[in-house]
Amino acid sequence: MAKGAAMEGLERIVSEHRLFEGLGQEFVKLAAGCAKNVRFNADEYLFHAEDPADWIYLVRHGRVALEMATPGRGAVRFETLGEGEIVGLTWLLPPYRWGYDARAIELTRAIALDAKCLRDKCEADHDLGYALMKRFLPVLVQRLQATRLQSLDVYGPPR
Amino acid sequence: MQEYKLAVITPQGLTGLIGSLRAEGFRVIGPTLRDQAIVYDEIESIADLPIGWTDEQDGGHYRVRRRDDAALFGYNVGPHSWKRFLHPPLLRLWRAERTQDGLAVTETAEPAEKYAFLAVRSCELHAIAIQDRVLLQGPYVDPHYQARRQGAFIVAVNCGQAGGTCFCVSMKTGPKAQEGFDLALTELLADEHEFLVEAGSERGAAVLATIPHRAAEARHSALAANAVANAEGNMGRHMRSDDVRELLLANLEHPRWDNVAERCLTCGNCTMVCPTCFCTSVWDENDLTGNVADRKRRWDSCFTMDFSYIHGGSVRSSGRSRYRQWMTHKLATWVDQFGTSGCVGCGRCITWCPVGIDITEEVRAIRGEGGSDGRA
Amino acid sequence: MDRLADFAPVTAPDAMLPRVVRVARRTRDLPDTWTLDLVAADNAPLPRYAPGQFTMLYVFGVGEIPVSISGDASDALRLVQTIRAVGKVSEALTRLAPGDTLGLRGPFGTAWPVADGYGRDVVVVAGGLGLAPLRPALHQLQAERKRFGKLVLLYGTRRPEDILFRRQLASWRRQLDMEIEVTVDHAGTDWRGHVGVVTKLIPRLGVDAENAMALVCGPEVMMRFAASALHDVGLPEPSIHLSLERNMKCAVGLCGHCQFAGSFICKDGAVMRYDKVRQLLGLKEI
Repeated sequence: MAKGAAMEGLERIVSEHRLFEGLGQEFVKLAAGCAKNVRFNADEYLFHAEDPADWIYLVRHGRVALEMATPGRGAVRFETLGEGEIVGLTWLLPPYRWGYDARAIELTRAIALDAKCLRDKCEADHDLGYALMKRFLPVLVQRLQATRLQSLDVYGPPR
Repeated sequence: MQEYKLAVITPQGLTGLIGSLRAEGFRVIGPTLRDQAIVYDEIESIADLPIGWTDEQDGGHYRVRRRDDAALFGYNVGPHSWKRFLHPPLLRLWRAERTQDGLAVTETAEPAEKYAFLAVRSCELHAIAIQDRVLLQGPYVDPHYQARRQGAFIVAVNCGQAGGTCFCVSMKTGPKAQEGFDLALTELLADEHEFLVEAGSERGAAVLATIPHRAAEARHSALAANAVANAEGNMGRHMRSDDVRELLLANLEHPRWDNVAERCLTCGNCTMVCPTCFCTSVWDENDLTGNVADRKRRWDSCFTMDFSYIHGGSVRSSGRSRYRQWMTHKLATWVDQFGTSGCVGCGRCITWCPVGIDITEEVRAIRGEGGSDGRA
Repeated sequence: MDRLADFAPVTAPDAMLPRVVRVARRTRDLPDTWTLDLVAADNAPLPRYAPGQFTMLYVFGVGEIPVSISGDASDALRLVQTIRAVGKVSEALTRLAPGDTLGLRGPFGTAWPVADGYGRDVVVVAGGLGLAPLRPALHQLQAERKRFGKLVLLYGTRRPEDILFRRQLASWRRQLDMEIEVTVDHAGTDWRGHVGVVTKLIPRLGVDAENAMALVCGPEVMMRFAASALHDVGLPEPSIHLSLERNMKCAVGLCGHCQFAGSFICKDGAVMRYDKVRQLLGLKEI
């Protein structure tokens, strides 16, 4: 695909994603400028714990599992993310390192946005920074709530 | 409702009444003095009544005291209520046996006794009517209560004095008996010791006809009215009752619940003495062979830890939540369930609470009116 | 006037007396969960019941507990009930073998309002063992498939090993025109399905929310959050139905144990409308 057409494709995808709604054409161009198409085969890792959190992944097709390795139990999957969902929120905060592994469960296509690039732009333009924070924070809070529910272990045997 | 002519009987006539009922196969239950309290038990004649006794009641306080007359009914209510006969504290529901083909239910409940209750107060008539609603008018009927209730003959007594914890006037349940009785007596202690008798049913009128009586005169009615007015005007407690349901349902997290929780022992006395509390539990008892199993029923109390147990824990595990459950059920959700308040203002829960928690005071505190005892 | 000999009170039937039924089949669903197929032992027809109702099952000499009916309500010959062994009586129930007798009372309680879903999309949200009381509703949805719009089943449980009625879920997916999504709280790497709370699946529902109906059953915490999430995506509160649970002794509204504020779960529930219970669910120790 010619570079121009690829850019258009990325721009369209970014602009249509609900997370970036209303941020204007300039931002879309910017983000698309920091973006690329990526693809992961089943069981391929997107990233490992402790890796620098330099990319944000918008899943377009497929399913990604967030995992933690525990001694004696192997890897435990505590969340799966699918089409339209964002993998990776820790890019927002120092020390910008992933706290867990992310692995594709099946063939997965995603858009990877350059987090470093976005962070630099946010530092330079605080309005943009604030606008992005307002969009990512609700996702973070929703995930926190969901995780809390999971930690209650409501389906576990009565104690 | 049919009106019957008022009559007057003497104490001997009352003995005749008791005898008449016994002759007809009724087991007559009435107040009697035992273990320094006036309780309900089988009586054979007026000699078994607490003649010349009264009671002194307050929060967490009950004493019997001698009167300076020979009144037969000169006291209020004690720890017993008529529910111990109509809704027995302990009952075997059925028996099952292990047979060759598996389990079989071999025996059901024992037959009910035929009771005549003597000296049922107005608040107690209301309490019986409330339990009738709960146990007879729902989608399922309690046949054990029904059997005992069906044949029961009720002789009410209008109170001539109010108890230290009484508030029937607030709850509109007394002191005068209005309905739900076969006969109603008002003790008259003037020059002569007599009883004004009002029949409240065909049965009552028929029984009255079998004992010596004469027509009542205006002075009897006047004396009776005075006696009732005396009770009405000296209530030991008072509770504004027109808004209690809304008040409590709007204040389920009021700080007063923490306050009462510090005092309440969750002993459950209040539920045992309350004439409308109806909760029960069931359990199974086997004999030593393991081939016979009885299913039994007993009174239960929402104050126990087990009462709300599910999934390894109790829904209401704090004392606070259990006191709140009892009081909001009695005064608020009971209305939603059965159409009336569950409280008849008899004051037993106040008298028999070991720490003297006063339901009328708790309502006042939640309403924000301070904690005085509000003696009327 | 009455004579003692004349005193023969006419009383209502005793709803506390069990009838005898027999175990026809015993199936192990999970390490701690079994399904019993019950048939009449006394030649009387089995009681007909509606999806969502429960019975009181009595084990000789041990005790009696409420158990949800988990079978097909149109089957007049068998009563299918699923029990998780968590206490004395439930353990004894799950140890009964085919041919053994037990006591049965009921059915009791309110039913899933499946017919209210005619002409509408229906969302069924189950958590853990909550799939069992919903299965009769799923049978009815399947039997009358044409009368409903889109059907969705969301099922959440602890781990893949805890998925109840696994084979049946697979066959429903195949036979029914029904979308089924299963999610677990956590899993090993063999699991290729969703991991996450069941409420996460709700925003992705492709149903006509305003006109849809939801049936929800599972642990109370899960039902609270699921009902709230369903409402957030547009289902009206009166269209969401939950199945609540409380301590039960008599199941006929006379013992007082199952009270949930002013409702008796045994007769005003177990199935209740969300708008009627939402505020109470938010209060502690009610």
